[in-house]
Amino acid sequence: MSVISIWNSTIGKKVVMAITGIGLMLFLVVHLAGNLLLFVPDEGQAFNQYGAALKSMGPFLYVIRGGLLAFFLFHIFAAIQVYTSKKRARSGRYAVETSKGGPSKMTVASKSMIVTGAVLLIFVPLHIYMFGMNKGAPPPMVMIDGNEIKDIYSMVATSFNQLGIVVFYVATMLFLGFHLRHGFWSALQSLGAMSPRWTPAIYTAGFVFAFLLAGGFVVLPVYFYFFIDAPVASAGGAL
Amino acid sequence: MKVNVKVWRQENKDAQGRFETYEVVNLIPEMSFLEMLDTLNEQLLKRGERPVEFDSDCREGICGTCGLVIDGMAHGPKRACTTCELRMRNFNDGSTITVEPFRAQGFPVLRDLVVDRSAFDRIISAGGYVSVNSGSAPDANAIPIPKDIAERAMDSAACIGCGACVAACPNASASLFVGAKITQFSLLPQGQAERHKRAVRMIETMDNEGFGNCSNHAECEAACPKNISIDNIARMRREYMKGSLKAV
Repeated sequence: MSVISIWNSTIGKKVVMAITGIGLMLFLVVHLAGNLLLFVPDEGQAFNQYGAALKSMGPFLYVIRGGLLAFFLFHIFAAIQVYTSKKRARSGRYAVETSKGGPSKMTVASKSMIVTGAVLLIFVPLHIYMFGMNKGAPPPMVMIDGNEIKDIYSMVATSFNQLGIVVFYVATMLFLGFHLRHGFWSALQSLGAMSPRWTPAIYTAGFVFAFLLAGGFVVLPVYFYFFIDAPVASAGGAL
Repeated sequence: MKVNVKVWRQENKDAQGRFETYEVVNLIPEMSFLEMLDTLNEQLLKRGERPVEFDSDCREGICGTCGLVIDGMAHGPKRACTTCELRMRNFNDGSTITVEPFRAQGFPVLRDLVVDRSAFDRIISAGGYVSVNSGSAPDANAIPIPKDIAERAMDSAACIGCGACVAACPNASASLFVGAKITQFSLLPQGQAERHKRAVRMIETMDNEGFGNCSNHAECEAACPKNISIDNIARMRREYMKGSLKAV
């Protein structure tokens, strides 16, 4: 059997979805953990130093970015194929569709993975453009311990003091929550990690994971909007 | 009691289908759903109309021949129940019941509510058997199988191959059926010799028959008249990955 034929099989595709999905979830955990430094009441010093530390990883940072991009692409590619295979397999539609309840885990979350995924696909480039590239403008700088580093804290504070951006972020993170609600446990089921003893616990853990992760990302912009003022005259400000 | 049945009518495989609504009278709550359809057909025959065609055989929930989507649910609203075992007392007097065939690319509609499920036979032919010589029936103590393993294999073997899992799956995936068959053999000593080859072959056939990809909705488990768990799908995936990686 070739690797290609494993990829082409329904199971191989779900394994790819699961592995890339788990990788992306791990990235989100690290990303949120880093973002929690925004709550440190030191005018952004800790967060800026964290950003500078990431930057100092040099080539290794590009390896991680390349890996992330590859994970995204494989995840999206497999998702599109799963979606089109579903459309082919159920050509005639039912007049009435009802869930039978009981052990069914068919929810809004599970049935809208392609939609919530598409929202995230639109969000990610915008997010990178806004915070990674400061919308093409030179980023504001700040002096910490005699070194001039990027003032990413003031970029965040400036952006999250605009209602439109806050609403956009909160809404997208709710979509993320739905995506993770099904994605977390589905990834483990796709890897064959489930057994009757573990399924209920892991399914519940999926909800907790989605709630905490999406919740964490929702709280950040809301916190900045209500409790942190936008920095005045930050050099080359975020907007 | 009486009900209105909104039932799918389709002349043949290639014809365009449509819904027709009929009033069925003189029913009693103890009647099975299929007996209600029999009553409808008697009414249609008396009027000189073509009866509604549907599959049934044992009418005691063990053969897997019957299978309809009733009000959007495979085998109707009652859990762990086949269409033939479903009683009219599960419906309200005077209600309208929508009856559709199983819809999947792998199960083409032949006429009305009858679908061609021979794709399942072809999946079984691809590996759902033991072809090594296991001799005549051995003494019970010659092949020791722990009780809990035997029970789990039996839970999988309870699959009657009705196809409700395919009908209920939003993706029309046959994973629960194939998972149950693969699991049953993978747990027992007789199935070990061809274990990995079996998983790979059956899944290749499943994919070629045009069934969709499992997205872990678990709606199949809810629809299964034999309560087969999606744990069987998890095991099927492990079996396939082991089998296919060995063959790379």
